[in-house]
Parts: sequence; C-alpha cells; structure tokens
Amino acid sequence: MELSIEETISPAAPKELKTVSGSVALLEGLITEGTEVVFGYPGGAIMPIYDALYDFKERLQHILVRHEQGATHAAQGFARSSGKVGVVFATSGPGATNLVTGLADAQIDSTPLVCITGQVFSHLLGTDAFQETDVINITTPVTKWNYQVTDANEIPAILAKAFYIAKSGRPGPVLIDITKDAQIQKIEYGGYTPCNHIRSYRPKPNIRMEYIEQAAALINAAKKPFILFGQGVLLGSAEKEFQAFVEKSGIPAAWTILGAGAIPSDHPQNMGMLGMHGNYGPNVQTNSCDVLIAIGMRFDDRVTGRLDKYATQAKVVHLDIDPAEIDKNVKADVPVWGDCKDTLPLLTALIEERTHADWLAEFKVFEKIEQEQLIQKELEPESGELTMGEVIHQLNQLTKGEAIIVSDVGQHQMVACRYAKLNHTRSNVTSGGLGTMGFGLPAAIGAKFGRPDRTVVAVIGDGGFQMTLQELGTIMQSGVDVKIMILNNQFLGMVRQWQQLFNEKRYSFVDITSPDFIKLAESYYIAGKKVTAREELIPALTQMLEHKGSFVLEVMVEKELNVFPMVPQGCSVSEIRLK
Amino acid sequence: MDMKDAEFIDKKEEFTISVYTENQVGLLNRIAIIFSRRKINIESLNVSPSEIQHIHRFNIVVNETPDTVRKVARQIEKQIEVLKVYFNTNDDIIWQEMALYKVPTDVIAEKVYVERLLRENGARAVVIRKDYTVFETTGHREETDKLIEVLQPYGLIEFVRSARVAIIKNSQGFNEKLREFEREEPGQDVVELEHSDTKKDVFTM
Repeated sequence: MELSIEETISPAAPKELKTVSGSVALLEGLITEGTEVVFGYPGGAIMPIYDALYDFKERLQHILVRHEQGATHAAQGFARSSGKVGVVFATSGPGATNLVTGLADAQIDSTPLVCITGQVFSHLLGTDAFQETDVINITTPVTKWNYQVTDANEIPAILAKAFYIAKSGRPGPVLIDITKDAQIQKIEYGGYTPCNHIRSYRPKPNIRMEYIEQAAALINAAKKPFILFGQGVLLGSAEKEFQAFVEKSGIPAAWTILGAGAIPSDHPQNMGMLGMHGNYGPNVQTNSCDVLIAIGMRFDDRVTGRLDKYATQAKVVHLDIDPAEIDKNVKADVPVWGDCKDTLPLLTALIEERTHADWLAEFKVFEKIEQEQLIQKELEPESGELTMGEVIHQLNQLTKGEAIIVSDVGQHQMVACRYAKLNHTRSNVTSGGLGTMGFGLPAAIGAKFGRPDRTVVAVIGDGGFQMTLQELGTIMQSGVDVKIMILNNQFLGMVRQWQQLFNEKRYSFVDITSPDFIKLAESYYIAGKKVTAREELIPALTQMLEHKGSFVLEVMVEKELNVFPMVPQGCSVSEIRLK
Repeated sequence: MDMKDAEFIDKKEEFTISVYTENQVGLLNRIAIIFSRRKINIESLNVSPSEIQHIHRFNIVVNETPDTVRKVARQIEKQIEVLKVYFNTNDDIIWQEMALYKVPTDVIAEKVYVERLLRENGARAVVIRKDYTVFETTGHREETDKLIEVLQPYGLIEFVRSARVAIIKNSQGFNEKLREFEREEPGQDVVELEHSDTKKDVFTM
C-alpha cells in the first residue's frame, strides 16, 4: 500500500521536519486545504483530534451539531452553496454509522465532502471493541473513496488524496477512518503537499474532437433541438460557458432540480423544470424534439418517466464528465466525454447562431396552458386556504430571487423548486437523488456558513422538520442566521397524494401531528411566527426576512392539495397530467 | 464481436472481465459490491499480482448480457484505484483453469488403466504418497469436469479447481499503458473504457 501512495502523490519538496501528533498533522492539512469550518460531534475514539482542535480554535471554526447526520447535511449545504469541500468530524461506531444517510445523499448528488471518523485503537480492530464498527465496509457503497489510517505517517498524504478525490472530476464524499493510536502517534512532519495526480484516477476523460464535431453537426441540422441541463453545469463552474452556448444556439433549455439556477429563472430560453413534477412544456416537448442535448445530467427515473417511451424520436447528445453515465439509462448517439467547462466552448464555437423562434413559440403555448389551468390558481388564489405555491410566490416578491432556497423533501420541495425565483447559481440546495427527509434544516445551516453574505431560506414540511429538528440547537449555539419556513399541511403530503391518486384514498399512516413549532423555536431562543390567514402572509414573510438572526415561520397550508403537473409512475413524460 | 449489434441481442453469455488495479486493502469489496448490488453472480474470481510490480489483476467471470457487462465494467473503472478494465467474450481470450485430484495410491497401483486414463486426459502426478496421489490438470471447465467423472468410480478423495485465468488474444499488455497513466495528462488511448475488438484489431469503445 505505502508504495502506491508514494507513487501516486507527487513527492513533497524537502521541508524542515517537526515532531507533531497525527491529529495536529490532520488539522494543519485541513487548514492548508483552505478549510474554514468543520461540522462535527466528539466522542471517545476521536478525542485526540478534538484535543488538538482546542489549540486550533482561532484557525478552524468547529460547529457542534446535535446529531452526526446533521453534520453531513450541513457540510453538504456548505459545499452546495459555496462550491468548496464540506468537512465533517465524527467518532467511531454510532457516530460513524450516523453519517451514512448524509454520505449516501452526497454520493448520489455528487457533493464533495471529506469526513473524518475516529476509530478504536488499531490493536482492537476486529475484536468487537467498545464503539467499534467496520466503518470502511459500511461506507464503501456510499463513498467515492474511503481509507483507514493506522499509521500517522500516512495522514498528510491521505488527506491530500481525499481532498483531491472529493472535489475533482465528478465530485463526491470521501471518508477517512483514523484509529485512535494513529491520532496520538508522533510523526516527523514535513508539511502538507496538496495532491493533483493519482495514476489510477482520471477525473476528466479526454475530449474527443470528433464527438464535438458530430454533436455540432446534429445541432446545426436540428429543427427542434432541446437542451436538458443538470448539476454538472454548476459542479463544473460552467455557468458562463453554458449560457453562451444556450444564447448562441437559441435552443430552449430545461433543468433537473439540481441544475436549477445554472441560468437565471427568468432567462428567456429557460423553459422550466423537467420530470415528474416539472413543467408541462419541457416534459411534452421531450417527446417531440429532434435532438436532445443533455448536459451534466444523468437521466434519473424521476426525470425520464417510462424509459422505453422517452425521447425515442430524438437523437441524443450527452455531455458528461463521468463515462459511466453515458448510455447508462438513455443511449447516446453522440457521447461528448469531458468536463462541460471545456467541452461547451468547443461546441459553441462550432454551432451556428440561431433563434428557433417557432420552436420556442411552441413551448410558449404549453406554458400558457399550464399558467392558466394551474399556476395562476396556485400562486395567486383569491379564496380558500393558503397554498404552498403562494408562499413561495410571495417570498419571491420579497427576495427578488436573491436568496438561497434550501428545501427538504416532499410536496413543498417540488413546489419550492418549481416556483422559486433564482437569479444566481448555487442558490437551490435540495436532496435530489436520495430524497432525504430531514435534509433541509441542517443543510440550511451549512449553506449559510458557505455563503454568509446571502439570505438563506429553508423551506421544510411538517414531517421533514421533525426528522432533524434537534439542529435548532446548532442554530441556537452557533448563532447562524437562517430563515426557516415550515409549510404545515398536517400530512406527510407527498405520500398522501399518491395514496389519494393511486390507492383509493386509503390514507395509511400519513396523518402526522406536530408540536407547537413556535414554542419549540422559542425554547431554543429562536424567534417565530405562525400564519394561518392570507392577509398575515406578506407581513410575516417581511418580518422573517428583516429579522436579525434566525426565524421560524410556520405557515398553515391547505391540507389536501396535490402537486401538479405530474407524470405518474410508469407513464411517459408526454402523458403528464395537469390535474 | 461488434458491440453495436450485440446490444440488440438481449442474450446472456460468458464474459471475462480483466481489471488492473493498485494493490489496496478493501478494493476487492468495492469491486464485488458492484456485482452484488445488481444481483449478478460472480462465476469465477481470480486476483493476483500482474506482470507489473504493485499492480494486481482481477479476472472476473460472469454470465450476463453485453449491455450489462459494459455498464458494470464502467462502474468498476470508475473506482479510484482501478487503472483499467477490459471485458471479453470467450472468443476473445485464451483461458485455463487448474484442477487437483486426490485419489488412493493403491487404486492407481492396482489398476494400470486408471493411470493411463489420467495421462490420456493430460493429468500429471504432483505428489505420490503411500496412501494417496495428487494429480493436476489444466484446461477448460469441460475438460476438468470430465476427469472428475472418470475418477469418481475409483474413489476420488478430494477435488479442487482454481478460478479462471485468461489472456486477451489481441492485448498489447499493460506496460505501455501504465506509462501513460503515470503522466499527468494521459494520452488519448487510456481514457475510455475499452472493449477489445478482434475484427478491427484495435481498441474501440
């Protein structure tokens, strides 16, 4: 093993050696990597690292969470809003197993994390020692890479490798498990050298010009081309390159929920959201376009609906950094391997400038139908109970699209993603692939640490909020400023919607009761307000946004409202229903 | 074989997947779970050092459709410590399995034709003791299986077979490739997952 590490990491320039513990070497490394904040929770097996951290308080901010799952989601929120690597500390055994949900979420949503777990002394490995679990094997399927350190001399090189792997190529979570003896062990430390090459790892496939040329030829010949964009645009920091491509090509573009904000919501070629609860036009037109250009997206089943009826008429051009995504779900006619930051400008240079006015007008027809039959009623209802849609709509009016919107999972998530106005990239933080209820609150905390200059609004349901509400304690203690909106429909709404539509209204265990959220917030010294009537909404939203510090706003919304449009499971995207 | 045509034939067949990796604890598990997650049974698995120091070679045999094998191969190649993955049908490779047979020595001594049978089947005595003799043979599955049938009536005591080892017919080996990997910016040919195309005698996608 030591040989491959030596071979894969460029040798450090000779530096003056000093004797430090493995823990100090780790913290020095984190600081050299530019880590500003760590989300963590101490415990027996990670005590030497926390002891060293005591002396690093001035240089490394540590946020004490209330549950290790919260640490991973906070680190995800941090990474998603800032584009930097999120860092997590947890102890062995239960501390480490509590990371699994967050790791799985970060893995499926390609979020760069470096998680450090303490482990029992190396001589106790495999003895069922107190708080020993096989963390490496538990986390193997949910990490991009993981490694167990039993010798402190490995720490600087392994940490460098971890950061490089987490953030390069298609990003993802990495876990380093460090035995307690390695944390204590003194080493001759020669400084920290970041890693930029591992011989067995190629973060970016080489660009093949013939594919770029083939893609350009297809695009130039297309009558009804259609762009689908995903988080790859954000992860590659290719927003400018993407916008240039969209504008020169004149092609309508629609987004997956993790791609939201790559171009502003009100960009004239932004046609809206794809998938199960996406917009009407983008779903229908997927099955009438002639060339489908997928950029940094992975054709999730929530986007494609029934696969054998998905865009079968279209030639597919797929741009992706991960070769394993090509042909995984949808066969690509032209696979454009590579980082879209590099491939998009090459493609833009070869395409002809177009407007596609007639084709765009076709989208406008669908937009008008959706607007009249659905959106209007949801965003600006004149009577009846409050709707989730109007809460987001009024929020848009007040934030003018400048806020970071963090959502949890369920109906409110779909509503938030559909209607939130986003002027900027990295403004929509949500659990896309894994659909992790409880993600919202801790992710919002992390998002604010990632972008302290921006307003962060968490949109959370009454169910999801109760999954991680202990993180109110983290807010209380850290003093972080997040605006929390609980859209309370007194149901586990998304499951209830399915039970209504597909299970003959057999409401099986979706009726959920809640505590008094405002009193709960109060007990954490967090200001709050509950809204039950339409006329209270705007003043309450204004109060929340103007309040200095965190605020919990509970909005009672209509109990049995369904999220539409909807592509029912097993249906084709063009069978999307408006009601 | 031509992969484009093969994709339309949703037929399972035997594939040998050859994986070049760093020598890393835990990598076997990372690779194995790619199969188990998709409920694919591994028919045979061999892991051993390759011709290059510190680089190991996995030979994995599965019975799957070409499309599935290609997807799985790409997932394997995505693992950090994996350098390169090839997948081949039985036509593309030369392969062998080794088998050992333990039989009572007195039977061999008494019945001369048993030893003749063994020799006819290409078996070679590895150990001869007073109580038992161990024969070794190498070949395809059917060949090693055949010898079990032959020996069963004469008191076959114990039998063991190795995993498959395979050589890719038109492979140029890995030494050249490794040098490419070690460069900071590898050349064109190391980038995408390759399927060895016997018709064109070149590596293509």
